[in-house]
Amino acid sequence: MTEIAAIFRNEQGKSLFTPSQLILLLRHLGKALALPLAGIVIFLMLWQGVANSIITSLGQFPGPVQVWEQSKSLVAEHQRERQKEVAFYQRQEDRNAKKLAKDPNADVKIRPYTGKATFFDQILTSLYTVSFGFLVASIIAIPLGIACGLSEKVYQSINPIIQTFKPVSPLAWLPLVTMLVSALYVSDDPMFEKSFLTSAFTVTLCCLWPTVINTTVGVTSIDRDLINVSRVLQLPSLVHVRTIVIPSAIPMIFTGLRLSLATGWMVLIAAEMLAQNPGLGKFIWDEFQNGSSESLGRIMVAVLAIGLIGFSLDRLMLAVQRRITWDKQAILR
Amino acid sequence: MKNSYLEISHVGIEFPTDDKPFRALQAVDISIDKGEFISLIGHSGCGKSTVLNIVAGLYEATEGGVILEGKEVDKPGPDRAVVFQNHALLPWLTVYQNVELAVKRVFKKTKSKAEMHDWIEHNLSLVHMDHALHKLPGEISGGMKQRVGIARCLAMQPKVLLMDEPFGALDALTRAHLQDSLMEIQTNLGNTVIMITHDVDEAVLLSDRIVMMTNGPAATVGEILEVKLARPRDRLALAEDAEFIHYRQQVLRFLYEKQKNPAAEKEAKTEAELPTKATLDSDTTAKSEAA
Ligand SMILES: Nc1ncnc2c1ncn2[C@@H]1O[C@H](COP(=O)(O)OP(=O)(O)O)[C@@H](O)[C@H]1O
Ligand SMILES: [Mg+2]
Repeated sequence: MTEIAAIFRNEQGKSLFTPSQLILLLRHLGKALALPLAGIVIFLMLWQGVANSIITSLGQFPGPVQVWEQSKSLVAEHQRERQKEVAFYQRQEDRNAKKLAKDPNADVKIRPYTGKATFFDQILTSLYTVSFGFLVASIIAIPLGIACGLSEKVYQSINPIIQTFKPVSPLAWLPLVTMLVSALYVSDDPMFEKSFLTSAFTVTLCCLWPTVINTTVGVTSIDRDLINVSRVLQLPSLVHVRTIVIPSAIPMIFTGLRLSLATGWMVLIAAEMLAQNPGLGKFIWDEFQNGSSESLGRIMVAVLAIGLIGFSLDRLMLAVQRRITWDKQAILR
Repeated sequence: MKNSYLEISHVGIEFPTDDKPFRALQAVDISIDKGEFISLIGHSGCGKSTVLNIVAGLYEATEGGVILEGKEVDKPGPDRAVVFQNHALLPWLTVYQNVELAVKRVFKKTKSKAEMHDWIEHNLSLVHMDHALHKLPGEISGGMKQRVGIARCLAMQPKVLLMDEPFGALDALTRAHLQDSLMEIQTNLGNTVIMITHDVDEAVLLSDRIVMMTNGPAATVGEILEVKLARPRDRLALAEDAEFIHYRQQVLRFLYEKQKNPAAEKEAKTEAELPTKATLDSDTTAKSEAA
């Protein structure tokens, strides 16, 4: 590490790195990347080998090569669809312009383009749905966790409920949520699709618990001395929560939020399959039903996308935590 | 009953434990005048912090009670500021903000924003921390943190300043410096102070009276020593002063003759065992040298 620091501290030299330093830097980079790269290469080789020897009713199990082909074709489909959309709006504009030229008072219609949702549209839908469900859960769970941590009575009365609902699978909630949304969300001009609400609320139900539990633990383990400072100063409850409780509990709150988001992302895929929310879950389900020779490859692309997005979401939360936390030295993983 | 400023009257406390309740304090009586500087001294674990916490209102006495200016203490409040043993600064607030939190609570109605700002800086300069106003507690040394903790309490202008081994974590030089500052502040402001200490010299130098506590359980006030040294006191002059040495002797005699420390006895025993170990070691060296 000191060697790297020395490289960057060299400010007088005309070129930033001398050749020997460059070699040193490359060697460090190489060391950092070598093992992960080796892991990936070995994994890909094993995967290709195993895939070659598995024949399913939908053809051969997809190996890395087929998956790469399918991901290219999904990108191409997306681009084609975007071009079609642009063309559609162009035609519509021309038509309307002609109409208006003939008769300035003509009643022109502007219709939205209703093309097929591409893989990338579906990713966006999934991200939007999970964010919505996660946000609703966090807005409920953080205050609830703080209340549980501050008051033994609240904790005693809520804990059994938390412990009972925590292990419930999202698949058990889904029918209930579906029926509730159908019964309660009646509107002629709905802002949200029902399938969206069903998926999002199922995510919410599964996202609540890790945040509630971790926030409670964070709040109950505040340093006694700090609580005594607050008592001596007779801080009003709200100030106490804002200046002492929340900053103390921030690391645990974030641990909870990250667990919740990871759970939510997993739950979302299952919920979308069943609720037919047009996200990644539905994509997989549709490909499965479709059953063409390309389906398995496309599903595998989706699987990888789900994994990478889940990973990125966690990194994103970590970055947010880094920004918010006061303890810049804390090692966050 | 006397009518003093702060009356600790027949205080006893029991802590609930798994089998039978643990009696930490029994019939503690201390009456303190306004502006008096009192030290509590006693062996570790005897119950000094517990007395302080009861005066602060952080613990509730099982029997007896504490009366400050004719009013019974029933909850903690900013009129009884506490300097905690481990500084107890909020780690996410800067030095300045930590003091500000207290100042805002106490002077919100009586001081303007600018006055509060000056007051915060004034108190931090009293403890020589004006150079690190915008540092976080994690970025300063343990001794500095303790100084900020003291500044926070001084800034509250409490009726009683309660200090739990405030200088225990400081190096000797800083400690002497802070003791002098504290004496000076006390002369100027006339704070009523109860300070817990382990340091006999510190107790004699700073106090008007030294309250010596017996060993627990069921600890109580053993003796009270009145220190009639003239103020202002000068540590250099006093070091050889016969009266000072006499007071010092009396405290030491109480601590090490009348209230023998069980922990110290244990230590003495381990020390007695040490030479045996040393001989063993030299034996092995001799052997390895021979080989
Ligand atoms: N909250 C508590 N619960 C149970 N026992 C306590 C509590 N606080 C202090 N004690 C006990 O009371 C005794 C006195 O403690 P303390 O006042 O901290 O001693 P010290 O004189 O070292 O400050 C100790 O034996 C300690 O274990
Ligand atoms: Mg103590």
